Amino acid sequence: MPKRCGKLAVAAVRPMILSVFSGEAGMAITLDINGKTYQAASDPDTPLLWVLRDELHLTGTKYGCGIAQCGACTVHMDGQAIRSCQTPISSIGAGKITTIEGLGGAHPVQAAWVKHDVPQCGYCQSGQIMSAVALLKDKPKPTDADIDGAMNGNICRCGAYQRIRAAIKDAAGLAPAPALA
Amino acid sequence: MRSSLMIRRPEPKGATRRELMIGAAVASGSILVGACSQTEIMSLGAPKTDFGAFGPFLKIDPDGIVTIISKHIEFGQGTASGLAAIVAEEMDADWDSVKIALAPGDTKAYANTLMGVQGTGGSTAVNEAWTQLRQAGAGARAMFVQAASQVWKVPAGEVAVKDGVVSHPASGKSAGFAELLPAAAKVTPPPKPTLKDPKSFTLIGTERVRRKDSLAKSTGQTRFTQDVYMPDMLTAVVAHSPRFGGKVKSFDASAAKQVKGVVGVVQIPSGVAVIADGVYAARKGRDALKIEWDDSKAEMRSSDAILAHYHDIAAGKAEAKWIPFQTTGDATHAFDGETIDFAYDFPYLAHATMEPMNCVAQVDGNRCKLTFASQIPTLDQLNTALSIGTLPGAVEIETLYAGGSFGRRGNPTSDYAMDAVHVAKHIGKMRPVKLVWTREDDMTGGRYRPMVHHAVQVKLGADGYPAAWRHRVVVQSFIMGTPLMQGKFDDTTVEGAKGSPYLKAIPVVDAQVAIPTSPVTTLWWRSVGATHTALVMEHTIDQLAARAKIDPVEYRRALYKKAGEARHVAVMDLAAEKAGWGQPLEDGWSRGIAVHESFGSVVANVAEVKMINGEPKVRRVVAVIDCGTVVAPDQVRAQVEGGTCYGLSSALYGQVTLKDGVVQETNFDGYRVLRISEAPQVETYIVPSGAHPTGVGEPGTPVIIPAVANALLAAGGPPTASLPFVKA
Repeated sequence: MPKRCGKLAVAAVRPMILSVFSGEAGMAITLDINGKTYQAASDPDTPLLWVLRDELHLTGTKYGCGIAQCGACTVHMDGQAIRSCQTPISSIGAGKITTIEGLGGAHPVQAAWVKHDVPQCGYCQSGQIMSAVALLKDKPKPTDADIDGAMNGNICRCGAYQRIRAAIKDAAGLAPAPALA
Repeated sequence: MRSSLMIRRPEPKGATRRELMIGAAVASGSILVGACSQTEIMSLGAPKTDFGAFGPFLKIDPDGIVTIISKHIEFGQGTASGLAAIVAEEMDADWDSVKIALAPGDTKAYANTLMGVQGTGGSTAVNEAWTQLRQAGAGARAMFVQAASQVWKVPAGEVAVKDGVVSHPASGKSAGFAELLPAAAKVTPPPKPTLKDPKSFTLIGTERVRRKDSLAKSTGQTRFTQDVYMPDMLTAVVAHSPRFGGKVKSFDASAAKQVKGVVGVVQIPSGVAVIADGVYAARKGRDALKIEWDDSKAEMRSSDAILAHYHDIAAGKAEAKWIPFQTTGDATHAFDGETIDFAYDFPYLAHATMEPMNCVAQVDGNRCKLTFASQIPTLDQLNTALSIGTLPGAVEIETLYAGGSFGRRGNPTSDYAMDAVHVAKHIGKMRPVKLVWTREDDMTGGRYRPMVHHAVQVKLGADGYPAAWRHRVVVQSFIMGTPLMQGKFDDTTVEGAKGSPYLKAIPVVDAQVAIPTSPVTTLWWRSVGATHTALVMEHTIDQLAARAKIDPVEYRRALYKKAGEARHVAVMDLAAEKAGWGQPLEDGWSRGIAVHESFGSVVANVAEVKMINGEPKVRRVVAVIDCGTVVAPDQVRAQVEGGTCYGLSSALYGQVTLKDGVVQETNFDGYRVLRISEAPQVETYIVPSGAHPTGVGEPGTPVIIPAVANALLAAGGPPTASLPFVKA
């Protein structure tokens, strides 16, 4: 299995540290999602994914594997890509969560996705886009290796990978990869 | 009483049509079916639907917006946009403002013309609906022309339609669909509207035909089954037997019922269902269940043991019934003397769609509504009807977008949908129940591409080409022994070997299949039989070419010529030309070629491959497809790109294994799939053709498998005898 990028590992540790300071058991947990404040009714150990979906009905974030292997549940915490299926709400603290709905719909990465007709079934694409947005924030002109590193944790079973790569480069203002000789 | 239901999948012209029979007992014993057609039988109980003036495929709003109804499910293959373009072309609608809706379950209105039931499969969508949808569009156009003629009092022959605007150039009059709608809706549709000359198409076959769902899918707005939320909705997960064929002996739900959010635990035919207020609570409840399983009828073997049994069958050491599937000439002494032997093994494969299987069901007595991505609505209606005691047409289905299928969502038992129906039966009162399979349920839930063993024996002629070909296939059938079976033989077990151009060109062929059974459930998996036969045929041919010291392209050309397969030659030559076949590559890289026909389309691949850290790295694939008339060129490219990745993923890493009957790969950590760093750049070329459209969704998948094997062989590596290339 390819290793996921170091960025995610850092993002995963941060909430664990924060969790020490989180609310006492039985208290509703306050979450900042797409700039709005929510009181989560779910148990503190509930993964953010299920609070987003089953409680808040923010359905753009998808369930794919539940074990941080497929990336369909990718959201941002303070601008960094995290896997919401492995992020208990008790660990989020004051972290600001952004989901696909929070991108607004006209984000340059979303526009590039539409321009290249990237989606096929489309189920993984929210997660792909959230990973791509985090990548470009960190590396505005990513190399192919940067793209591999940031996007390898996002599975697309339809195999739209070359369009994902082309759309990321397009959004970054880079020419798509030339065909091999 | 039994009635029957036929599913036909298209075959290349000249070959026998495949006819699969669904012999289905329609539960209500009081209905006399008589000589009704299958479509009519499966529509029994359906409410009368008024589709409006323009029929079931077309809805025009008072504001003139045209909505085209896709009779096929959209699970990524781009079909909904392609079908809409066919209607829009003939209608001369404004393509940019056309909207798409997915058809509900309605066998009578939306039957697949090649199957006789409503369903998506066999890469048939554009093929089967081509004429039907052209007529629907042309009929609507004629109604607007007639309406303009009446309203403007001008001859109909002088009325033009372009991009949704109806005009009479001589008088300068023009109007949109909205303005003429009241008059057009009163016009009787012509029974046989005049279709356009394909030379005058302005939309079909152009780059203007793009996906209509990209924006919704790039903003998280597309509604999948997983995304359904209704007032009072419950969520259910099911504990299934860890072994295929296992049953619940007893269970203790006391701890599960203590879990916060769990509202009930019920036994259903497939296991024990935990019903809760959400997925997380339902899962926690299931974890707390204690179940004792009855394995007396379960598959207890490991996959290695099953495969060893297949080898014994092929070697004549274990008993099996052999069924000939292709016989040419007299084999009596054709294999005397020295022969060359080949053997190939293929593992079980999971479809592993990104969206695990799921279904929302509401039941009240004999009333039922299903809200989900139904691939074969007629079958899902039938299975539901048998369960709740109603007629198939009475089962309402609202069709949603699917997060992939690759065949998994359409199956003879409607397995996951029935899980939902059984739980909803317990709940009743039309209260919605969302049945969710976790990734683990999905991956261990069976309906795999069957495990397969092939043994091939070749007697060479003096010219280095095969003089005689003996072929033994051992494979489970997902058709035989199910209601899908018709006649005595399941073609899907051997398609791609059967009918191969090579076998046509060889004077003596003795090809047979043995079909053992197991409780392990199997199913069609994107490109079906070709998932294994393409490698067997194409890799064997490359090994024979190497032995004869003839270039693989030239070796194939000679056989295609003998078989009279001009399309294969054209596709192969274009691939070789675009790939720079024969030109040197950097150190360590090699090329492999493969050509395979499936679902009426011929595809060639040239792959550039290098072994890196013990794994084949595929950097570039030149793919050529001849799929007849093309509606949406960019979607053909997308399907070839994605199909190549799907096939490559399985070839490199895909395998489901059993240990003592228990599936070992439960999630993406164990079932490795292709990731972006491993995906090749695919260059797709489409052979121009005016022929009837053929398959696109599946034919791109199987060809990469032998192309990689042949590249490794060309680099001096050992022949490929089993998949996946990368052993776990």
